[in-house]
Amino acid sequence: MLYLAGPRLLPAAAFLLLPLFLGVYWQKVMISVAVFALLAMSWDLLAQTGMISLGQALFFGMGAYVSGILNFYFGAPPWIAIPIATVLGGALCTLILLPVLRLRGIYFSMVTLIVPLMLVRIIEATKIFGGTEGLSGMTPLPSTLTEIYLATGVLLGVLFGLRRLMETDYGLVLKGIRDNDRSVTNAGINIYWFKTQALFISSTIGAFAGAFMTHVYMFVGMPVFALDYSILPIAAAVVGGGGTLAGATLGAVILVPLSEALRGIGGLRIVLYGLFLVVFIVAIPEGLFDYIQRKYHQMERWVEIDQ
Amino acid sequence: MFAGTIVFALINSFILILMAIGFNLTFGISGVANFAYGALYIMSAYMSWTMLNLLHLPFWASAVLSIGFTMISGALMYRFVLLRVRGQALSEVIATFGIGLAILELFRYLGLVGFEYTLPVFSNESFMIAGAYVDIQRIAIVLIGLLLVLGLWLFTHFTATGLAFRAIAQDERTALTFGIDSDWAATLSVSFGAGLAAIAATIIIPLGSIAPDEGYDVLIKALAICIIGGLGSTGGVIVAGFIVGFAERFTDTYIGSHWTMIVSLAAILLVLAIKPSGLFGRQKELEERI
Repeated sequence: MLYLAGPRLLPAAAFLLLPLFLGVYWQKVMISVAVFALLAMSWDLLAQTGMISLGQALFFGMGAYVSGILNFYFGAPPWIAIPIATVLGGALCTLILLPVLRLRGIYFSMVTLIVPLMLVRIIEATKIFGGTEGLSGMTPLPSTLTEIYLATGVLLGVLFGLRRLMETDYGLVLKGIRDNDRSVTNAGINIYWFKTQALFISSTIGAFAGAFMTHVYMFVGMPVFALDYSILPIAAAVVGGGGTLAGATLGAVILVPLSEALRGIGGLRIVLYGLFLVVFIVAIPEGLFDYIQRKYHQMERWVEIDQ
Repeated sequence: MFAGTIVFALINSFILILMAIGFNLTFGISGVANFAYGALYIMSAYMSWTMLNLLHLPFWASAVLSIGFTMISGALMYRFVLLRVRGQALSEVIATFGIGLAILELFRYLGLVGFEYTLPVFSNESFMIAGAYVDIQRIAIVLIGLLLVLGLWLFTHFTATGLAFRAIAQDERTALTFGIDSDWAATLSVSFGAGLAAIAATIIIPLGSIAPDEGYDVLIKALAICIIGGLGSTGGVIVAGFIVGFAERFTDTYIGSHWTMIVSLAAILLVLAIKPSGLFGRQKELEERI
């Protein structure tokens, strides 16, 4: 019983109990962990549908800007702005990427890499929504504990929800699209409709992360489209192991505190992420989670040997 | 003003062609989308700078050495990293992107930014062409660009290695049956691509200064040109270079410099959405979209 429940209860308990014992600084780190884990899972869901995104910053930034605009121009409180921004941001991202949904492999990746860069330049050129300065003075969330439990609650919900979703027939179709889209089409399934849905789920998760961070930082500006929000989630998913969702979370749990601990070396952090990506993709392409899972299952079959 | 804009648009086109041709060569032959391309460009510029200013070598020696070293690092990158993920396009992209990121951010961390970090121009003289002053460096860019394109064409059509490159690009397995070592050809292609990036850096960097951000810009521009022209098509690179080069310069003059980058980015998105093969690409339609 505990053999099955243990691995599931462990992260849930850790995410729910740890905030009570941590100092303010590490509580903030935990919020970052949750946000990057959400972005990594949204990347992983797309990757499992066969769409490799190099621009999670698009989802993150879209959610952040929508929430910021709602709060700044219309005075919507966070508990209204965040849910609206989550859905609206997700819908906007889906609409933007809809014309290129037919693209496969590297061509789709290039589009996702370019779109956030272009949005930054457009904001810079047209000076809308605060231009280069951004918008500041958003309404914060009531307390740090509220922030943490909102983030970790959503994280756990998304983690277990998506894992269950990928086990169902629906998830099977998504994985089928990754493995062989033509044979899925042959089965009479409209793959574009399924891809659109996967894209919407994924971008909604990313948009929530962005909208949430807007109210934590009380600021939204061009940095939300920065490369960090694209690279770290990919690094997390690659380190933890793609295709499992739990691996993406594990990767974020490892990488984000590591990068906090390495704050002293400043810009070298991104160098390390780059190297992490290369080492893991070449040496351990399955990722850490698959490895741990395999060892865990092997442990159950250990037998005593009489000497 | 108009004639001057055309002259500078022409020069800009050649800058873009020089930036893109190495990326295009690598992708066209081995199918490796080398996302570390911008990083190699900047790396060769910094190597050149170090040899010029710290080791006090003459300009030609430092240029040749840095081009050589960049080619070697391209080959090493292929042998030790890319060979292991060969054929998995997305792993290749993530691996090369990781390498490029590491190199560029390392330079940013070292803080080698500023006006003193630049390479010398060939000569300070300038000419009057169509009512605009054009310096020797820019004319050299046009000439070297023409020479490189011509040289590359001769190389791929009349030498054994060049023909092997084209054979690998057309059909790798059939090329294998003719005794062409595809790994060797792919190593050379990544290495030559890196070398072309280094040549481009040697003659383009003197117009500005070396900065890590430039690496990302070069990568995006190379991607833009190659996508618009059709990945792997040399003729496409030239045509796309002229299209984007003229479009950029005219937006710069008549609309505003903020919009310059947006034009090339919008051009990529449009081409990708409508015809991912690009204007002249003869890639396999089903590999791009379904």
